[in-house]
Amino acid sequence: MATTSLGMPVKFYQVGSFAVGNRLVDPALRSVQSGQERANALTSGHRACQGCGEALGARYVLDAAMRASQGRMVTVNATGCLEVFSTPYPETSWRVAWLHSLFGNAPAVATGVAAGLRALGRDDVTVVAQGGDGGTVDIGFGALSGMFERNDDVLYVCYDNGGYMNTGIQRSGATPPAARTMTTQAVGAEPGNVFGQGKDVPRIAMAHDVPYVATATVADLRDLEAKVTHAMSLRGSRYLHVLVPCPLGWGTASSDTVKVARLATESGFFPVFEAEHGVVTAVRHIRHRVPVEEYLRLQGRYAHLFRPERRDDVIARLQAIADRNIERYGLAGPVAALEVGPVGRAGALIEEGAAPGARVREV
Amino acid sequence: MLQQVEGSKAVARAVAACRPQVVCAYPISPQTHIVEEISRMVKAGELPGCEYVNVESEFAAMSGVIGSCAVGARSYTATASQGLLFMVEALYNVSGMGLPIVMTVANRAIGAPINIWNDHGDTMSQRDSGWLQLYAADNQEAADLHVQAFRIAEELSVPVMVCMDGFVLTHATEAVDVPDVGSVDAFLPPFVPRQVLDPDAPVSIGAMVGPEAFTEVRYLAHRRQLDALTVIPRVANEFAQHFGRTSGGLLHPYRTEGADLVVVALGSVLGTLQDVVDAQRSQGVAVGAVGLTSFRPFPYDAVRTALAGAHRVVVLERALAVGVGGIVAADVRTALVGTGVEQVTVVAGLGGRPITTASLGAMIGDAVAGRLPELTFLDLDHAVVDRELGRI
Amino acid sequence: MDKPFAITLDVGSSLANHTGAWRVERPVYVELEPPCAHACPAGENPQRWLYAAEEGAYEQAWRRLVEANPFPAVMGRVCYHPCQTACNRGFLDEAVGINAVERFLGDLAIERGWALPVPEVTSGRRVLVVGAGPTGLSAAYHLRRLGHDVTVRDAQTAPGGMMRYGIPAYRLPRTVLDAEIDRLVATGVHLELGARVGDVLDAEREGFDAALLAVGAQLGKRAYVPAGEAARVLDAVTMLHDVAEGEAPHLGRRVVVYGGGNTAVDAARTAKRLGATDSVIVYRRTRDRMPAHDSEVAEAIEEGVRVTWLSTIRHASAGRVLIERMVLDETGFPQPTGELEELEADSLVLALGQETDLSLVEGVPGVSVVDGVIEVDDDLMTGRPGLFAGGDVVPAERTVTVGIGHGTRAARAIHAWLGRADVRPGVAPDADTAADVGTASDVGAAPDDGVGSGGDEGAEPGQLGAHPLTGAQVPGADAAGNPPVATFDQLNPWYFADAPHAVRPRLEHARRTSGFEEVVQGLDVTTAQYEARRCMSCGSCFECDNCYGVCPDNAVTKLGPGARFRFDYDYCKGCGLCVQECPSGSILMVPEVP
Repeated sequence: MATTSLGMPVKFYQVGSFAVGNRLVDPALRSVQSGQERANALTSGHRACQGCGEALGARYVLDAAMRASQGRMVTVNATGCLEVFSTPYPETSWRVAWLHSLFGNAPAVATGVAAGLRALGRDDVTVVAQGGDGGTVDIGFGALSGMFERNDDVLYVCYDNGGYMNTGIQRSGATPPAARTMTTQAVGAEPGNVFGQGKDVPRIAMAHDVPYVATATVADLRDLEAKVTHAMSLRGSRYLHVLVPCPLGWGTASSDTVKVARLATESGFFPVFEAEHGVVTAVRHIRHRVPVEEYLRLQGRYAHLFRPERRDDVIARLQAIADRNIERYGLAGPVAALEVGPVGRAGALIEEGAAPGARVREV
Repeated sequence: MLQQVEGSKAVARAVAACRPQVVCAYPISPQTHIVEEISRMVKAGELPGCEYVNVESEFAAMSGVIGSCAVGARSYTATASQGLLFMVEALYNVSGMGLPIVMTVANRAIGAPINIWNDHGDTMSQRDSGWLQLYAADNQEAADLHVQAFRIAEELSVPVMVCMDGFVLTHATEAVDVPDVGSVDAFLPPFVPRQVLDPDAPVSIGAMVGPEAFTEVRYLAHRRQLDALTVIPRVANEFAQHFGRTSGGLLHPYRTEGADLVVVALGSVLGTLQDVVDAQRSQGVAVGAVGLTSFRPFPYDAVRTALAGAHRVVVLERALAVGVGGIVAADVRTALVGTGVEQVTVVAGLGGRPITTASLGAMIGDAVAGRLPELTFLDLDHAVVDRELGRI
Repeated sequence: MDKPFAITLDVGSSLANHTGAWRVERPVYVELEPPCAHACPAGENPQRWLYAAEEGAYEQAWRRLVEANPFPAVMGRVCYHPCQTACNRGFLDEAVGINAVERFLGDLAIERGWALPVPEVTSGRRVLVVGAGPTGLSAAYHLRRLGHDVTVRDAQTAPGGMMRYGIPAYRLPRTVLDAEIDRLVATGVHLELGARVGDVLDAEREGFDAALLAVGAQLGKRAYVPAGEAARVLDAVTMLHDVAEGEAPHLGRRVVVYGGGNTAVDAARTAKRLGATDSVIVYRRTRDRMPAHDSEVAEAIEEGVRVTWLSTIRHASAGRVLIERMVLDETGFPQPTGELEELEADSLVLALGQETDLSLVEGVPGVSVVDGVIEVDDDLMTGRPGLFAGGDVVPAERTVTVGIGHGTRAARAIHAWLGRADVRPGVAPDADTAADVGTASDVGAAPDDGVGSGGDEGAEPGQLGAHPLTGAQVPGADAAGNPPVATFDQLNPWYFADAPHAVRPRLEHARRTSGFEEVVQGLDVTTAQYEARRCMSCGSCFECDNCYGVCPDNAVTKLGPGARFRFDYDYCKGCGLCVQECPSGSILMVPEVP
């Protein structure tokens, strides 16, 4: 616990509690991303679009994993944007040991990597596999399910941008309803992606009874890092599903990547929670609830809900999805003043006690 | 030590003697007995330091060994038929990345119609996948080829398929001198990977390569396969010195000296063929055989040399390029360009149909007499096909 | 490793690919003016000292504070804190309690005995300051800091002016006032008390190089109220002065105070403390139009003071006053209704404003008095060269804070004046004899660390309107290079945790009316730090690391504590995420200039 010059405990961080860093925080409790010594697992010079959420998310995740593993980590990457923009010959942006094989086999390759390391007696080296939603939810899903079922010792991270963006924005099993993609165009009576489809991989992962499943977004770094750190402390199959806005595919401003991810959670449209052995153990409560429309409005892929005429019926259906998430996960629960990480662990980041009027959540 | 053993178990034990570190496999007939035996050995503690992973598909099996091989673990899998096709995307990935994985293919027909019996349709379809393909004539060679395959693969950083006829070999029990661990240790050095996924020396493996370098990447892979044409016989020679028997190499000529007619074949049919050759020779027919062990790389020079004295060549194939005919035949024809040797193709034994000595004897008689057309389907039921053709 | 050609690559090799070429706009770090600093009449930059207080570096915070204002303990009690009115946090939840933290720092400094810096150099110039009120003492302090020899003369027997004789002790304990004045005098100010300056020209002849008139407005305005002979009518200024001198006037049990300013409220609350059972303020308009500060009115009402709104006093007689009810017309001006009412009143205290005694400048050539105040130029100089005036004697809002600000401004102007060659009082120097002695930034600015938020290391003092580290011009700066004021819409308030204002404890009611004990208590260490940390650092980087964190291209270099960040334009693609996610609005996008 930090103390003042007068030896009194610091009780509360008003400034930048939700920010990447804060000079007032005890160095031991600082985010990985705030450190000058962060790994920069994905470094400059990559060819991701401006404001790419996936590039951001990947660095967040891998830097945290690098710190958690003290650099004893290798990565496996599915084909997709993340792979293409990072490793066009003759340059790679990765600064970690990294292997790309195919689109649909990253979980299986990671399984093999883990098995190989175990066979070689290198139990100190951990395996992180990563892919986009296409590689995870669709084409790689069989391999992912197999990895889960065998409880292979891999942390698998899905960067979900809701579509096949690398190939030019086509629908995936993670594309939300009503969203416009090039294969679910904004034409006809029900423009955009249809309702009633899509694959909820975090819940499917939970059904495999794996040790750890969590969702996160690039809008909440502390939460994301805490989840990666926790996941890295466990063995067996762990699944992290990270929402990463795609300026190109979503039709958002490149500067709004974090903002739109924040609205996804604050509207309840993207529930942020964690589960251990199939049971939800914590949720990230909504801090300032907003109607889902605020989330939709920033995105060109939903523009047809507002022009040429407003589709209140469709917006209402999307709101119902958010409402159901809020109900299912209890996202509207007691809002803590200072949630800086997932409930249940990040309490350490909050100094106990409170100044007058300050609320500190239950840990 | 000679032992009466099922071909699958002989192969499993030979593989085990190579100290594989990761085996990923998905069951498919007729490969199952191989992986069952390896999994048993791992579980029983007879293969210390080996991880056996029961994966959910052949695609995952090959993907798994991609991962394990990339971290520097000696990696093995086995499959057949549909399973091989299911892992095709990964096959090309393995060869493209130069991962020295060894795989047994228990050769089996490809459906539809679904058929679990032997032919070479599965591996022939992967002729251009960049893998070396070595075909075993019998179970002794099947066992021995695995030991050699790891040497060749790891020396060249190229994956190797060891092809053995499903059921015919995998399920046949015969006397096999299974290489033991001590002998193999003396022959096969520990795996030193050309590239490795290692946090202490991080690299990015599997880059995207565009038009500026893709041709060069492919050319280098081609050159590496050609290198195998010298490595394969050298390894076979070394093997012979270590183990005191001949296995592997590029091809095996059999009584080709003075042969007017030479039959070229792959796999277990060679045993039958040698019996037929012997019988024909005893009746004064100048016939010989060439057993092709290495189909990939294709040993053009060795084939030309082996067939140099023949007037006629029959390529006996257990596979069919539909609409074309022979597959091996095309490569033999290329080898014989300019020699004036007559060549015909006989497709035989598809989907497990037995290739009998009688049929082969009759075929050779027709060949010697110059009565064989350019493409013959051995033992084709003409009544059936004529009826069906008539219905169209 | 015998890596395969093209397929396997050396890590980090993409640094060869300079993606900065994609950019059409570039982010730049800026330093905007915080609204609190913009609003402070005393020239403080609260954001700067709050930054140090957030870390618990209270002495550093206090030292930054007293660069502008030598009276934090006084300020923390009597300032009406326009900084808090301007504070952007008010748009989020509640304004930062800057005033409370200031008082905490001031009290801590007194407790710890922290001394003000004594100048090491002596200019040899002598300045006379007439009046030891907030303006005069502030000017004296700054002039001393600049190395001048300063004499302060005051007619009273104790220094402080209205701080002592106008503000009741329950708002400003005399021990606090004495401590801060003593500390100021200890920097080497010659303080002459009981020394009325009757004629400023006489004083000039004593050899002073410049003089500042800051005698204040100590005369109660005597509006005409018809009164019977037996009526007891006093003026509030005199009454409060007498109380401050320890001479409690006889007011009786029922006291009526006439007026609506802070002095009226002070008088009514003081009357309560002197034993009045009824203390009534009569004011001609409504509460929302009352000039007195709302918190003062609220505290008065809590203490039992009653206010009769919309009323004027028509007549006072022994034991009672006659009032007339008023209504506001369309323009908000009170109009008589003819409706009369009587109030019992043992005494009537008039608090209708103050006037200044300007007899000391009568007949001084060049000095012009209009509407009871002295005319001055932008540098607070009167028409007579070398003679300056500030505080209540010049046209301005009459508060302690404004007075202190005038002192600072006057010191700055006098310093510049003294820097000219051949300075003689009453004589305008040649324009071209100006010597480069002092600049405006020497006074009330930060000599140690030009970075607004305390980069004590690796930071060079910045020029106004330019980023302190990069020197880049701030977009939107005015012609003089002054940066624009940071507005709430430039911030990203998401990042500020929900943190309501820390309430200052108050003296319980029973003890308030029984004496002159201080009503509003200070913050303790914990609550002061809590409050300091509510500062959102508007327009000024506080090193939250957001830009460093949210850049997908790793194009922000973190330079280390106090040194902030640098954009790596080789790789910055100009996505603008850093701008959007900067909590304090201290990054702007500017067009890429080819």
